[in-house]
Amino acid sequence: MSCRLRLLVLAVFLLPVLGAASLPATPNTDDPALEARLNHLAEDLRCVVCQNESLAESRASLALDLREEIREMMRAGLTDDAVVESLVARYGDFVLYRPPVKPLTYVLWGGPLAFLLIGIALALATLHRRRTLRPQADVSPEALREAARLLRSDHSRHPGSPIASGTASRLSHQEER
Amino acid sequence: MRRWIPLLVFAVLGVFLYLGLYLNPKEVPSPLVGRPAPDFTLPVVGRPGETFSPSEVRGDVWLLNIWAPWCSVCLEEHRHLPRMVGGRVPVYGLTWKDLDREAAPLLARNGSPYVAAVDDHDGRVAIRYGVTVTPETFVIDRDGMIRMKHVGPITPVIWKSKFEPLLRELQL
Repeated sequence: MSCRLRLLVLAVFLLPVLGAASLPATPNTDDPALEARLNHLAEDLRCVVCQNESLAESRASLALDLREEIREMMRAGLTDDAVVESLVARYGDFVLYRPPVKPLTYVLWGGPLAFLLIGIALALATLHRRRTLRPQADVSPEALREAARLLRSDHSRHPGSPIASGTASRLSHQEER
Repeated sequence: MRRWIPLLVFAVLGVFLYLGLYLNPKEVPSPLVGRPAPDFTLPVVGRPGETFSPSEVRGDVWLLNIWAPWCSVCLEEHRHLPRMVGGRVPVYGLTWKDLDREAAPLLARNGSPYVAAVDDHDGRVAIRYGVTVTPETFVIDRDGMIRMKHVGPITPVIWKSKFEPLLRELQL
């Protein structure tokens, strides 16, 4: 592919991304500070109809209504916490993308840490067991001789394999002892 | 024994995944159950000049059914609602975002299952009730407390298993 063609293909694939980036999430306002506050807050709130979108990015009509509702509460002087609280009172913790720590969510918050600790414990136990593992001593001389013979024949078939020859010589050395 | 451990882990995971199949993501548990029904005063659809407010029916057990003219499931529910309810409890309607003003002619044409249907034109009262989809039905007791929220249409089976026992408990 020529360089120019490659650039063209890239440009085509980037078009929708650029288009999305150039659209503001919420137009129509005369108070940029309030709008910034709203958008910051809405990032952590779930749109209740389109469940995998935040309230900031959703264009569902209920999300628009909810943003208007939040705008009004902010204009009435409510703090961010008070706004979130009033939404939780109607829709439950479900609207929060960051669920609160409480008995029902202990597993959710503690689970990953618990799994990490279990993993570390298993790893340590396995390493400890491997370190204390003793080589098997009860191999008969016949078995060792047979192994050496097999390795040697393997070596003759694949000349220049250093591992095989090294092992074979070590084995034959052991044989002499 | 050790070789059964992976199978055991898989079995536990399998149980969770299997149960997950039967969860309905639309059925968001409502924190409003057991709390006072939010008050409002809204105009009644098709009766100019008339309004309705939940405080008017304090002392009664009643149902609030959230619907919209553009919701075909709601219209289907309208056809069966009167037969299921059988006049045992008054049903009020909250018309959600009837932007095209279709509700009044529609209820006049099909027959209304409601004692009165109020017009929540901008959807702000629905937000106070935590409405996410239509239809939704709230059971409100004599003290004005929300006792149950049902998401989705009421079928005869659901009416018998969910609504009737509760209404009996609320002395009807």
